[in-house]
Amino acid sequence: MATKNLLEAVRETLHDAMASDERVFIMGEDVGARGNVFLITAGFQEEFGRERIIDTPLAEASIVGVAIGAAMAGLRPIAEIQFADFIYPAFNQIVGEAAKTRYRSAGGNSCPLVIRTPYGGGVRGALSHSVSIEALFYHVPGLKVLAPSTPADAKGLLTSAIADEDPVLFLEHKRTYRLIKGEVPEGRHTVPIGKADIARAGKDLSVITYGLMRHFAVEAAEKIAAEGIDAEVVDLRSIRPMDRETIINSATKTRRVLVVHEDNKFGGVGAEISAAIAEEALFELDAPIKRLCGPDVPAMGYAKEYEEAFMPSPERIADAMRELAQF
Amino acid sequence: MKSEPKVRASLPEGLTPERLLEMYYYMVLTRTCDDRGFALNRQGKIPFAATCQGHEAIQVGAAFALRRGVDWLVPYYRDTCMALSFGVTPREQLMCLFARKGDIFSSGRQFPNHYSVPDRQIASISSIIAAHVTHAVGIALAAKMRKQSAVVLTSFGEGSTSEGEWHEALNFAGIHKVPIVFLCENNEYAISVHQSLQMGVKNVADRAAGYGFPGVICDGTDPVQSYETVRDAVERARSGGGPTLVEAKCYRAMSHTSDDNQLTYRTPDEIEAVKTRDPIPRFENWLKERGMIDDDTIAELKAKALREVNDATDWAEAQAPPTEADLYTHVYHSGPLS
Ligand SMILES: Cc1ncc(C[n+]2csc(CCOP(=O)(O)OP(=O)(O)O)c2C)c(N)n1
Repeated sequence: MATKNLLEAVRETLHDAMASDERVFIMGEDVGARGNVFLITAGFQEEFGRERIIDTPLAEASIVGVAIGAAMAGLRPIAEIQFADFIYPAFNQIVGEAAKTRYRSAGGNSCPLVIRTPYGGGVRGALSHSVSIEALFYHVPGLKVLAPSTPADAKGLLTSAIADEDPVLFLEHKRTYRLIKGEVPEGRHTVPIGKADIARAGKDLSVITYGLMRHFAVEAAEKIAAEGIDAEVVDLRSIRPMDRETIINSATKTRRVLVVHEDNKFGGVGAEISAAIAEEALFELDAPIKRLCGPDVPAMGYAKEYEEAFMPSPERIADAMRELAQF
Repeated sequence: MKSEPKVRASLPEGLTPERLLEMYYYMVLTRTCDDRGFALNRQGKIPFAATCQGHEAIQVGAAFALRRGVDWLVPYYRDTCMALSFGVTPREQLMCLFARKGDIFSSGRQFPNHYSVPDRQIASISSIIAAHVTHAVGIALAAKMRKQSAVVLTSFGEGSTSEGEWHEALNFAGIHKVPIVFLCENNEYAISVHQSLQMGVKNVADRAAGYGFPGVICDGTDPVQSYETVRDAVERARSGGGPTLVEAKCYRAMSHTSDDNQLTYRTPDEIEAVKTRDPIPRFENWLKERGMIDDDTIAELKAKALREVNDATDWAEAQAPPTEADLYTHVYHSGPLS
């Protein structure tokens, strides 16, 4: 197995999908000659042609809408929204259309579509290049929302997403693109959608998280292990469908739960996780469920101080773990 | 008939007397279905009906300009006549009015007239205005990528042309020259809002220039002119010429839907005046003038349509409704719901 960063894993997966299935095509802003703003599809247009690597006009609703039509007609479009912050114009197409296509046609039409978008902060992206959007979409039945955190999972989940018969919103944390490296299986590699990963096994408390925060949580867990607290880190990978079984099992095992995400706290994914545990394992717990999330302000600011104040860090996660362990 | 050779010679390309009579029959069949929908609604048997009265001519003309089994239809909720003329049966139509489990379009999930027949290449749409126009472009893009000869026809009202997604769809289609016909059925009203409050231009067709393809106007109450206009646009698309925006000037004889009352925004005089443009008697006269139909045949065809719709009504009403379990199907292709 070769070691790659997450960006390379995404790039390799897209390349393999394009090469192995002629129904697959990519459309988005600057995906062609430029090869996307992060250079993920650099060189693709020369290899696969302008018909399969389509530079779209600046119009997010039609990037998704046209992809929906192509998917209904039997192709496997991969639509890219340049930054998650720009997905709002396409909200109707994702939530109102793609997610409901199968249901409203009673299975007559399906919508096998992948919408990839970089999200998240920590890259000095200011207000409009740092946002987390998962809570706005994971509420929606008919849509799948994935957020891989390792290069291997990025490859495995993206491969599964492209093969999936339903619309998938595929979230790639920008900070992980070059920061996170790991071994990536060669050849076709899939990770099942809807299965969480135990990033670190432990017995004293559980941290439930996803995306970049998986890595921060593991780092924090290693730090406090030296202090005698053995933390388990559960990486959701798939936000919807959500692996309730793994969440409940972990909560039941360690009896203390910390939920960590970068997205705003109010109504965030952590609220659903907390509710699921409260519904199914409340009396197994030794402490109230704790949440460490982005504050409820509209976005992280450009100034370093704003960004640092917004994002959970390994240090703050470690502090929250200590508090929870001592409850 | 003495004048027959002359009449035949003057028929538009692609239309035979048999096809013209078929077109007439679909218009009558649709009117019968349409009236039945409103009657069932007034009887309290169905909660909702939408009308296409005043739109039959453009719809039958458009459907006849397409090749069934090859071309795609992405119609909107007012397209009963287009759907019936493209292969939807009266029983299927009544099933959706009654919202039965066996309704092939949505199994009773959507409002009536949200057609979806994948095996006849009619794509499902939602009620979100103009969202489907982008999908139609995607279907046309797929046809182009696969080098198929399919043409996509998608329709909408003039109010829909104010939506951002409509503009994005036409812009994309113009850039990529996909094989599509955008058909605006302009009945001058979006529920209660007149066209003059919808756009600063006189004709919807004027907008096409901004996307780099032609916009043409036809009399949407004349099925022959409608057919010829859409046929030319379809041919243009099929031969690689790209999109056309067709604007069919028509009108709406009734309220927007069974939930609306047009007297709250239209004068009785206006409502009476538009009725003089009814496409069905107009087409009858056209056919009569050419010796292709007489009063007996008209009566016969109307009776046949009534028999079909009566049968469809009785049959559909007797079908099973959906069950609570059906609520949970077709959320995802497979796997858990959440
Ligand atoms: C996005 C959206 N906004 C509003 C509506 C409510 N609505 C349904 S039909 C309609 C009028 C549409 O008018 P037009 O496009 O001219 O078509 P017509 O009904 O006149 O044939 C409106 C406002 C909707 N369904 N979707």
